[in-house]
Amino acid sequence: MSEIPSDLPVTLIRPVRRSGIPNFGELWRARDLALILAWRDVKVRYKQSLIGIAWAILQPLLTMVVFTLIFGKFADLPAQGLPYPVFSMLNLVAWGFLASVFALTSGCVLANRMLVQKVHFPLLVLPLACILVPLVDFAFSFTVGLGITVGYDVPIQSTIVLAPLFLLMLGATGIGLGSFLAVINVRYRDVPYAVPFLVQLWLFASGVIYAADAIPEKYLNIASLNPAVGAITGFRWAIVGTPAPTTTMLALGLTTTVVVFVGGLWFYRRAEPRFADTL
Amino acid sequence: MSTVVANGLSKRYRIGEYRAGYETLRDTVSHTVRRALRLEHVDHSAEDLWALKDVSFTIEEGEVVGFIGKNGAGKSTLLKILTRITPPTEGTATIRGRVGSILEVGTGFHPELTGRENTYLNGAILGMKRREINTKFDDIVEFSGIGKFIDTPVKRYSSGMYVRLAFAVAAHLDPEVLIIDEVLAVGDHEFQQRCMGRIEEISGSGRTVIFVSHDMQAVTRLCGRAYWLQGGQVMAEGPSDDVVSQYLQEASGAGAERVFTLDEAPGTGAVRLLSARIVDTSGETSYGVDVREPIGIELRFAVLGECGPLFPKIKLGNERGEVVFNALDTDARWRVAPEVGTYTCTAWIPPNLLNEGIVGVDVTVASIGAGTLVNHVNVPTLVRFHVRDPGLGDSAKGHFTGQFRGGVRPLLDWTTEFVESRAYETA
Repeated sequence: MSEIPSDLPVTLIRPVRRSGIPNFGELWRARDLALILAWRDVKVRYKQSLIGIAWAILQPLLTMVVFTLIFGKFADLPAQGLPYPVFSMLNLVAWGFLASVFALTSGCVLANRMLVQKVHFPLLVLPLACILVPLVDFAFSFTVGLGITVGYDVPIQSTIVLAPLFLLMLGATGIGLGSFLAVINVRYRDVPYAVPFLVQLWLFASGVIYAADAIPEKYLNIASLNPAVGAITGFRWAIVGTPAPTTTMLALGLTTTVVVFVGGLWFYRRAEPRFADTL
Repeated sequence: MSTVVANGLSKRYRIGEYRAGYETLRDTVSHTVRRALRLEHVDHSAEDLWALKDVSFTIEEGEVVGFIGKNGAGKSTLLKILTRITPPTEGTATIRGRVGSILEVGTGFHPELTGRENTYLNGAILGMKRREINTKFDDIVEFSGIGKFIDTPVKRYSSGMYVRLAFAVAAHLDPEVLIIDEVLAVGDHEFQQRCMGRIEEISGSGRTVIFVSHDMQAVTRLCGRAYWLQGGQVMAEGPSDDVVSQYLQEASGAGAERVFTLDEAPGTGAVRLLSARIVDTSGETSYGVDVREPIGIELRFAVLGECGPLFPKIKLGNERGEVVFNALDTDARWRVAPEVGTYTCTAWIPPNLLNEGIVGVDVTVASIGAGTLVNHVNVPTLVRFHVRDPGLGDSAKGHFTGQFRGGVRPLLDWTTEFVESRAYETA
């Protein structure tokens, strides 16, 4: 038992003033907790390592096979000169990252409700800690994706070093939108059932099956508001050198990302004091 | 120096329209539509429930303070406010120093992870830094007695092992203010003792402890002072012995004294009971009595008419419904028919005889006349008192801190001798 220091911090407890601004100091002090929670999720997911890793790889791989059969062979969709399997696998790897960040974040408060009701910690840690599992999953599926690319003799470009930027854009979008849904989930318990469906719809609007340049000119700006369109186009460009996203497309997507990320976390932060009472 | 100062803490919950805090979007939509179509009345009767109302207190550095009260009295709400899990609706509190809480043993334990992994996880959740856990890790494992199973997933632990590890982590949290909620109810006896010891050690080092429990013996032993919460408000505050006694008296119904007017006095035309009370050696009415002191049971009754020789009798029973003993007043006066008038008789129970707990007293006053026994007065559980042991080691329990079974717990004369110095060889 150590000595009690004489200059103790004083905590003031008072009725909540709802604020969307995060307490950055508190958040920084909770970094150990954020890391360990993220690490816990990874550890649990890969505990039975074979199934964990296999799942991360099989999910995009099997989807790619199905897409290749349906869209590549039967529908014969253009793939920007790439073999359709390479095209769709790279898209699916990037898309899978976004989808899994979004799905995990949207359930983060409910999944940790025991903690939220029993101990105090900056609750913003929960959505932020949702990035690690998708990232590890991504590492596995991306390796397979690169393998397929090389297997089809498609050269990998040096611009691959820029790929993390597009990943960041996808992650921020997923966390922002997920945080928004996480709050709704606390209040409305039937919303989680809708999440997989939303993800499904979103997939079709995100340039995963088709290339963004296949979108008719007059709808392109609207479609570009979906950050996934620009980010996935950019991700593919960085790796195999397919046409880069236009500045407008990126700017529109990034605007949405920033709005969704800041807005989602702001909304989450404002609702946060009531989580323990509502759960 | 004050460590915790609470000022008018209140917490309101809304009940009524929706019972649970959460709802389903489907219900909300259907309610809204039905209301719009006027198929359903709008229910404005949503009620406010004050789980905590205007609670103020001051806790000094190094104090161990207990909070007692029935379920729903507001204890948990208060702890949730002090640990900042939920904000108060009104009022403020200031806390000097780091707050650590053991609200539920094993919060955040994950069954798939090993004991070692869970130690780090749980430590971080309780607010420890990674470095801090590193330095305390060996102590934690040692305290838990988990030993070589530390690298086994906790889903394979027995519930006892699980709880031991969880408490060990929490007990090595080193905050200035430690909040403990009902954690001693788990684990085996030996481990409970170790937990109590650890809490004493923590408070002995100048840390402040807030302790919530339904185990009144633990509260009296650990806490110097206690607060009794009821209906979200502070009912009583003071030395834990007194507050616990008051609480138990209230909870058990009958108290230390019953006084009747002559009209309502139980009895017959010949004998009526006027009052009964528990007294200490100075003659004061006393509900909470020290096991090391004599306890007096004083009966006052009126003899109104002619009757045979009287037998005032008491019967003591404990909380488990067991009869502890019966005793007749054997005073020589009762060998003949009594004179008309008022009588007081006091039965003195010797010190160190009864066991700890609530004791109820049944009172009977009978007489024998013309060969038949007449029960004039026969009242079950007329008065009650609470026998308590301050745990200083001079009672029959010595320094043992657990519970003894049985109605009595006499302090016996032990003769103990050392026979010879000899080394035994076993086969």
